[in-house]
Amino acid sequence: MPRNLLEAVLVALLAGLLTVPILGIHIQVDGIKVSLQGNAMPVLAIMAVVFAARLFQVPQKAATGMAYLSQRLPRPPRLAASYRPVLIGLVIVVAIVWPFTASRSAIDIATLALIYVMLGLGLNVVVGFAGLLDLGYVAFYAVGAYGYALLSMHWGLSFWACLPLCVLMAAATGCLLGFPVLRLRGDYLAIVTLGFGEIIRLLLNNLNALTGGPDGIGNIAKPTLFGLEFAREPSTEGGVTFHQFFGLDYHSIDTLIFLYLVALGMALLILYVINRLIRMPIGRAWEALREDEIACRSLGLNPTTIKLSAFGFGASTAGFAGAFFAARQGFINPESFTFIESAIVLAIVVLGGMGSQLGVILAAIALTALPEIARQFAEYRMLIFGLVLVLMMIWRPQGLVPASRPRLELPERAETAP
Amino acid sequence: MSLESNPAATAETTSTPSALLEVRQLSMRFGGLLAVDGVSFDMRPGQIFAIIGPNGAGKTTVFNCIGGFYRPTSGTVLLDGQPIHGLPSHRIARQGLVRTFQNLRLFRTMTVVENLLISQHTQLETRLLSGLFKTPKYRRTETEALERAVFWLEKVGLLHLANREAGNLAYGQQRRLEIARCMITHPKLLLLDEPAAGLNPQETRDLDRLINALRSEHQVAVLLIEHDMSLVMGISDDILVMEYGRPIATGTPAEIQRNPRVIKAYLGEE
Ligand SMILES: Nc1ncnc2c1ncn2[C@@H]1O[C@H](COP(=O)(O)OP(=O)(O)OP(=O)(O)O)[C@@H](O)[C@H]1O
Ligand SMILES: [Mg+2]
Repeated sequence: MPRNLLEAVLVALLAGLLTVPILGIHIQVDGIKVSLQGNAMPVLAIMAVVFAARLFQVPQKAATGMAYLSQRLPRPPRLAASYRPVLIGLVIVVAIVWPFTASRSAIDIATLALIYVMLGLGLNVVVGFAGLLDLGYVAFYAVGAYGYALLSMHWGLSFWACLPLCVLMAAATGCLLGFPVLRLRGDYLAIVTLGFGEIIRLLLNNLNALTGGPDGIGNIAKPTLFGLEFAREPSTEGGVTFHQFFGLDYHSIDTLIFLYLVALGMALLILYVINRLIRMPIGRAWEALREDEIACRSLGLNPTTIKLSAFGFGASTAGFAGAFFAARQGFINPESFTFIESAIVLAIVVLGGMGSQLGVILAAIALTALPEIARQFAEYRMLIFGLVLVLMMIWRPQGLVPASRPRLELPERAETAP
Repeated sequence: MSLESNPAATAETTSTPSALLEVRQLSMRFGGLLAVDGVSFDMRPGQIFAIIGPNGAGKTTVFNCIGGFYRPTSGTVLLDGQPIHGLPSHRIARQGLVRTFQNLRLFRTMTVVENLLISQHTQLETRLLSGLFKTPKYRRTETEALERAVFWLEKVGLLHLANREAGNLAYGQQRRLEIARCMITHPKLLLLDEPAAGLNPQETRDLDRLINALRSEHQVAVLLIEHDMSLVMGISDDILVMEYGRPIATGTPAEIQRNPRVIKAYLGEE
């Protein structure tokens, strides 16, 4: 008991020290006078809670309790294979119909969530399937976004024409970076990609003539529906807008719904492609390489090209999402492509469960929607975020929805007696 | 090809055109340790050749040098007359030289049949679009790959376990799976690193039969590291004995068993 007591006192003091700058000091603005005001109550309260929790070993007990529970809980029933397409179809139909009943802000948040779903799915291939730690993922997102903004600004290319170009540009950037780096060991890759992400951001910030520097690029064209714009008036002489063409009244929410549906379509496309890929030889090779690179080499698989394909695919997905991001925002600047974006996408992958697509989708939705819903806690966003990650590492290191790989099985006929 | 019990003499013989593998004065140094010191030997197509020696003699290191996992400090390795030393290991594997590992390197969380598909990666239709759209060619190569997997699983008696996770197989089954995973790539030369380690006597007899069958039915040459003397003496055409990285004798099993240096290395020090 005395040892517990001593530890509890120390931990409480430490908690006090850490919370003083966050909770103990308030900035008082009085006209032009700015002053700091101390407020001891919250700090003392936190210290008391931490002291009690530590004294009675609450975290340890909770951890063992959770471990016990998660072992006892029934595993989620595996859906019979025949029901899966029905369920997936149902989810897709709901996702398509939902925006027509939802509010503007809800649709907007959902669109943002879909962007993170795309980013998460792409990074999941790199980190989850191929086991390559990429900390500069946002660089490829930026390449896609700026790629679209510049192509559309200088050559007036439409969103749909730019989309494949952006994918190619991001993939090329990925391969260019990946080729020298992927020969290195895993940790070096993390460091180099981290640096690369920053380099891209600094380039965007400083290549004023091309990227507009910190001011960014504005007035980026939105996607069109077979050439029909979503706007009150056509932007070009003789253009036709969506509502004019169909003889409808103009509703500004139509634009939002359309953007949401485009994002949904893009996310579904990515999901489909990844689901094909992981059942193809290349997807199997990604996993094999993550499991045992030496064994792969001994069988004639070239590790560099296999890693490069995963890295390039991840990059192209980010470029794909980036182009949409630019089109949706209508305005981009380097501030949207800071390291924190890479960190959030990585957190989505880790929280969701590396290699688990359902998990990544749920985590992407949670991490974008929750901060919007719980706006009053916005200040503590990063704090809560870190706490959740730490707790996940303790209680559920395999993520929200642990990955279950699609196993290739030999049909029954071959399974007759040895 | 003549069989000298003096390795230095072997090294000087000019390469015979029919040789499948020629290893000349191979050396590998790790810091202060000369793990392999001037090893030379030849293998004919279809030959079964064994490397034996006490623990730490450098046998696995020879495999690693031949297979391109280590870059040898000096020496040359020719496969079918072409130099392969210095090539990356996956290139060497594609030229028909594949190996198993002393400590097993299966893809443990994948199924048995998936293990066999991965080793066929280089023969499969891997282009992105054909797989995305399931073109006829893609389907055909996948079916053929599965058929080859079934063939080899039957051969090594693992067909009934095809859909199990490889890591859950019994040890002897994992050893056989590793051999099947190599054979499905149509190698010219199969390197087996202690294939009988951990097997019971019955499994060792099965292994003996399997290796002989591989040679006679699939024209593969086998280079073998093994401690089980009855297996080695029964199966090998020729044997190289190593001690402290150096080759101390080469010859037929009968010659090796009579060789005083070998007897001293094995009996005098154990
Ligand atoms: N990568 C390495 N770095 C440093 N030393 C090594 C390395 N690989 C092997 N060695 C050393 O080289 C020597 C030969 O090792 P090797 O594994 O080739 O022996 P072996 O004949 O296969 O033995 P065993 O019968 O136990 O498998 C040993 O002393 C070993 O410690
Ligand atoms: Mg060894």
